[in-house]
Amino acid sequence: MKPIALLTTIPSDSHNWNLVYIQLFLEEHGFTVVNMGPSVPFSLLLEKCRQLEPSVVIVSTINGHGYIEGKELIRQLKELECMKDIPVFIGGKLSTDANMSSLYAVELEEAGYRKAYDSREDMTEFSRRLEEILLQTAVSR
Amino acid sequence: MYTSPGWFHRFVKEQASHKRLVVQPRMGFSDHAEMRRGLQAVKQLNAPTVGTITLDSFTRNGDFASAARAVAKGLPLNGYPIVSHTCEENQALIAGLRAPDFPVQVRHGSPLPVEVFKATIAAGIDAIEGGPISYCFPYGRIPLSSCLDAWRISNRLFAGAFDGQGHIESFGGCMMGQLCPPSILIAITIAEALFMIDNGIRSYSLSLAQGTHSTQDVAALLALRQLGRKYLGPEHQWHIVFYTFMGKFPQSYEGAVAIMEESARIAVQGGAERLIVKTVKEAHQIPTIEDNINALDCSSQASIAAYTDPLARPGVAAWMEQIREEADFLIDLLLNKAATLEKSMAGVFGQGYWDVPYCLHPDNKRMTTAQLDDQGFIYWGDTGCIPFPRHIKTNAVRKGMQLSSGRLLQMLSFNQQKYDSAAQPALTHI
Repeated sequence: MKPIALLTTIPSDSHNWNLVYIQLFLEEHGFTVVNMGPSVPFSLLLEKCRQLEPSVVIVSTINGHGYIEGKELIRQLKELECMKDIPVFIGGKLSTDANMSSLYAVELEEAGYRKAYDSREDMTEFSRRLEEILLQTAVSR
Repeated sequence: MYTSPGWFHRFVKEQASHKRLVVQPRMGFSDHAEMRRGLQAVKQLNAPTVGTITLDSFTRNGDFASAARAVAKGLPLNGYPIVSHTCEENQALIAGLRAPDFPVQVRHGSPLPVEVFKATIAAGIDAIEGGPISYCFPYGRIPLSSCLDAWRISNRLFAGAFDGQGHIESFGGCMMGQLCPPSILIAITIAEALFMIDNGIRSYSLSLAQGTHSTQDVAALLALRQLGRKYLGPEHQWHIVFYTFMGKFPQSYEGAVAIMEESARIAVQGGAERLIVKTVKEAHQIPTIEDNINALDCSSQASIAAYTDPLARPGVAAWMEQIREEADFLIDLLLNKAATLEKSMAGVFGQGYWDVPYCLHPDNKRMTTAQLDDQGFIYWGDTGCIPFPRHIKTNAVRKGMQLSSGRLLQMLSFNQQKYDSAAQPALTHI
């Protein structure tokens, strides 16, 4: 059975295409993807995490509010016992100011994300990390 | 009861009668003074413009507490939080600016818009936009049935407040922003107009977004007009608004200008009366006031020379006929589905008779796909459960593409690559 990647976004982000694209990308990297669609409330995300116990969580957000809601999301997620050691990634447009986003990425990583990506050029690096997770999941099983 | 100025639609029709395309920005700032400066700058531009107040995404999703908190802390939002500002502040925002020759529209994206409508009415603003499908499916996970309830209430409030003259624009022709066959866009925007009429609105607009081939776009606009005449109220009650491409935007200055200008020409040739513009900064950041002004100016200039016979353009007549027949078939399915329009709307989506490609909403069947050919013409890839008759399918479907993230990205980037590669290589990055 393939490991589960839970694909989600922040509550205020109603964008769709990034999620369609990332779903295909994750599938091509060997994951079974549960795509929660746009505008996911924290409560629904927590419920899904408890229910599915995913191997990885990906937060894709491009509405510019990632630097605000992304922090609350990771705080709530890391309070779940089953999510303590699960890698969580966030990526997209993290704020409305392209120049500030790399700084916000650092803040988000400090808040608990395995990695925060603020541009599309990071997809290769993200690919590598997904492969690592895939290997680790295979080993731990 | 507010006495309606009915300025918005009247201004657009008046300009159209003089063969002038009305251009409109998407501008929205959380800072009150900046928002007012923005409206002022748009008004001062020497082109037929209408003002826009675009709301932030907290307000859009009904999270007024977060919007208010951000305002209190001075954190920048991605739009103007109309519900978090007082009615007096909202009135002050447009006082002395809004006029018969400078109407203002609130743009929001709310699936459940009752509070937004109330704040808009209280501010005395008589033009707004959206619809129960177009602001439900692409923007979140709220059930269609809840959106229908909220939009019915909102439309009736608006109709009552402005004596039927309040103007609502359907966003139905912009579903997903890109990679959506024009027939379903047309069907949805017409369905939303019928919904408005049912709920007392007598001034409305139909929308369509720029796609990936101008011939197909002009044809789609012409087909939309034909079907509007067939299904809706008298033409003096409605107009058509075209949108500059809403998907992945050219990154180069020249590429962005070229696609903006092309959208203005398509709008005019296809008979649209109003254009919602994008800016050259679109691919990079939230545009400033100046970016918006430049975009409006450039789009308006490009529209002036474009009043020519669209049917003289090769391919337009055939595409128009094909899109019209396809959309007409979809509308016919809707109107024969159930006893009421609302039940029919829920019914066609529930059965997958209407199915928006790539839309992740839980009430969308997700059985259809769309794809582009080498020239940028959009086709259905898979029509899912849509019961198109064979002869429509033959024209409208192109199969054989394996969907991958790379291929999807390529299709989403079609315009970006087309217009950027035509730009001067040395100036490709701004």
